[in-house]
Amino acid sequence: MKYYRSHVLVCVDPDCLHRGAHEALDAFQDELVAQGLIDEVQVLETSRIGACSQGPEMMVYPEGVHYAGYTVDDIPFIVEEHFLKGRVAKKFELPAETAIDEELSAPTPKEMRVVLRNCGQIDPENIEDYIAENGYMGLAKALTSMTPEQVIDEVLASGLRGRGGAGFPTARKWQFCRASAGQVKYVICNADEGDPGAFMNRRVLEGDPHAVIEGMIIAAYAIGSSQGYVYCRAEYPIAVQTLNIAIEQARAMGFLGQNILGTDFSFDLEVRMGAGAFVCGEETALMASIEGKRGEPRPRPPFPAVSGLWAKPSNVNNVETYANVPQIITNGAAWYAGFGTEKSKGTKTFALAGDVKHTGLIEVPFGLSLREVVFDVGGGIKDDKGFKAIQTGGPMGGCLPEAYLDLPVDYESLTAAGSMMGSGGLVVMDDETCMVDIARFFMEFTQEESCGKCTPCRVGTKRILEILDRICGGEGREGDIELLETLCEQIKQDSLCGLGQGAPTPVVSTLKHFRDEYEIHIREKRCPAKVCKALIRYEILPEFCTGCTVCARNCPTAAITGERRQTHLIDVDTCIRCGICMQVCNFNAIVIR
Amino acid sequence: MTIATIDGKVVLEAVNKAVEEHGATIDELIPILNDVNRTLGYLPANALDEISRRLRVPKSQLFSVSSFYRMFSTKPRGKHVVQFCESAPCHVVGGRQVWASLLDHLKIGPGETSPDGNWTLITTSCLGVCGVGPVIIIDDDIYGNVAPDQIAEILARYSETRE
Ligand SMILES: Cc1cc2nc3c(=O)[nH]c(=O)nc-3n(C[C@H](O)[C@H](O)[C@H](O)COP(=O)(O)O)c2cc1C
Ligand code: SF4
Ligand code: SF4
Ligand code: SF4
Ligand code: FES
Ligand code: FES
Repeated sequence: MKYYRSHVLVCVDPDCLHRGAHEALDAFQDELVAQGLIDEVQVLETSRIGACSQGPEMMVYPEGVHYAGYTVDDIPFIVEEHFLKGRVAKKFELPAETAIDEELSAPTPKEMRVVLRNCGQIDPENIEDYIAENGYMGLAKALTSMTPEQVIDEVLASGLRGRGGAGFPTARKWQFCRASAGQVKYVICNADEGDPGAFMNRRVLEGDPHAVIEGMIIAAYAIGSSQGYVYCRAEYPIAVQTLNIAIEQARAMGFLGQNILGTDFSFDLEVRMGAGAFVCGEETALMASIEGKRGEPRPRPPFPAVSGLWAKPSNVNNVETYANVPQIITNGAAWYAGFGTEKSKGTKTFALAGDVKHTGLIEVPFGLSLREVVFDVGGGIKDDKGFKAIQTGGPMGGCLPEAYLDLPVDYESLTAAGSMMGSGGLVVMDDETCMVDIARFFMEFTQEESCGKCTPCRVGTKRILEILDRICGGEGREGDIELLETLCEQIKQDSLCGLGQGAPTPVVSTLKHFRDEYEIHIREKRCPAKVCKALIRYEILPEFCTGCTVCARNCPTAAITGERRQTHLIDVDTCIRCGICMQVCNFNAIVIR
Repeated sequence: MTIATIDGKVVLEAVNKAVEEHGATIDELIPILNDVNRTLGYLPANALDEISRRLRVPKSQLFSVSSFYRMFSTKPRGKHVVQFCESAPCHVVGGRQVWASLLDHLKIGPGETSPDGNWTLITTSCLGVCGVGPVIIIDDDIYGNVAPDQIAEILARYSETRE
């Protein structure tokens, strides 16, 4: 991946396109090439940047400058001013408040920002901004007035648990690592964030990198480590770049390096990039990957705290876990333990995705109910459809139906319900979602990401996927459900790492809560949600069809016939059920049967 | 070495640059492979030979590492690489239709390169920009909120401007 100095989001929604967004975009690209800036400026096409009234519109990051209302002819001026001279092209600038951040909007009443408090509020590339928000105060307090044991005790009293999935008490982990024999120990930050739909860690790394760095330095002090690594997935080039800048600045200020803050504690930090393998998020695989090997998990014990990176005692925590630490030290354990439930303290960030009105990042205290998260924070289901299920815990998590909406969001409750906390992906599904298809979908992911080291995971996931494919393909048989259950149990029991152990969860949870859907697919060869292609047909309703020919012109397989102003007809055998015709028909004349 | 010198030279240069930048140690192997893969578009056999020699890592280990990670390719890729996000959040907001449209327009399957060498189509898991899903990436350009009927026009930009 390249590193870009700037990222420009250009809106290509219909409103903007009508006002010449396309021409302006092409002109913009050309101008960047002409000025030799094309390798420094990344242009991303998105939608709905702003007020939608003065398009074309673009946002320039990291500055967050919002331009609108320019034409092709203004492009050279904007490029010259902004990208060459580094000045805001005032003439086209919109006031900041008209811009919306699609990922992170202002907190709703039930939210609580601890980890995300600085994201979007400070300049991540300027350490002074972070310091002005009490940054590095926790570090100063720890180094100058606390022993490592006292730091661990404070974190223990705060109740902080790992945010990477399993929820293991952070201070306990630190204790184990501290107690391990050896001079050389490593502190590692897991920024591999591979769970589909989860981008909380990315946002923290990009928006408040120093919080993570400060947390890691405090952890290193507590454990007795002098070298740390952040393992970041390669899909996050901006996070890597921001981190590197932040590390550099922290070094220059004396927060990293030799004799930090004049004490005899020394610690330094390096960023390592992954190369696209989900399983590298598992801690033992992650360490193998840093060592330059295949990122395959190995059995534990020995735990990383005893023998980790290069066989030295190592502490692995998630980005969010570290990001909590500075504020725990600064504000005290009691402050932190004041949020959340008895066993799950503090707040948790989530990425809300799917069919919910307000998708994006949220941060809530533990203990809020799923209902509050979906309806109060998320604004409810999109297009006023019905709620069907919420998927928590990522690809190794489960789907929970409406009956569980009043469940409090905490580690124990989600596990007891047959799902899990995971790293914080929440996918909301409306009543037009097919749960068998969703289970198949997650299985496809885990099957593809299985590293193949152990047979139950490698072969078992494949078999489950074959069965689900069959069921979705209209060829389900009696006995399939029981077969799935047996396979799930085996994989869960006999797999080496969390990927295999968790892979069956989406299937098990949908079998538990939506068994009737499986049965209808198998016995009646019907997909009640009208999703599974083999079990549906597209049809044109003669009473609505005006014969406008739009569908026929858009059908990729020429499956639609009909004369202008005559009712059109879909040929079932040629149709590949892509759904394009239904999208383009302006008269709602196409339905799924 | 059996391949044409010009190729060999380019390969050597790419490896040299990466090794110089990161240092010739095994724990820099993945960053080095990443750079070379990026510069050359894939990891040709002679690049792996050279890295093996420079880092003193057995070739078997190199093959085993380079085949493990999705970002590395040991086969040449097309002029333009189209990546499609196949993860659930993109899937539930219409990714399926976009995928169908991609397959249809490119006329190649996942992991394949078109006979004219112009396109390679690969799938990727979540890119962390789900807020604007469905998402595709062509070379370094990310497209969010993609609709199936935009595919033809998006692809056309690449055949026009860069051939
Ligand atoms: C397949 C798999 C993928 C994982 N991916 C991640 C990840 O992306 N980020 C993460 O922090 N932990 C991930 N974990 C959990 C880590 O193994 C480890 O438990 C975690 O980093 C510990 O940090 P914590 O105590 O702060 O939660 C993954 C585990 C498995 C089995
Ligand atoms: S459970 Fe799956 S991912 Fe984990 S080590 Fe075994 S094969 Fe690899
Ligand atoms: S687009 Fe709709 S109205 Fe037009 S011909 Fe097709 S079905 Fe009929
Ligand atoms: S669903 Fe797709 S293939 Fe079938 S008729 Fe409509 S446009 Fe054509
Ligand atoms: S349509 Fe472009 S900003 Fe709204
Ligand atoms: S699911 Fe596609 S970018 Fe996240």
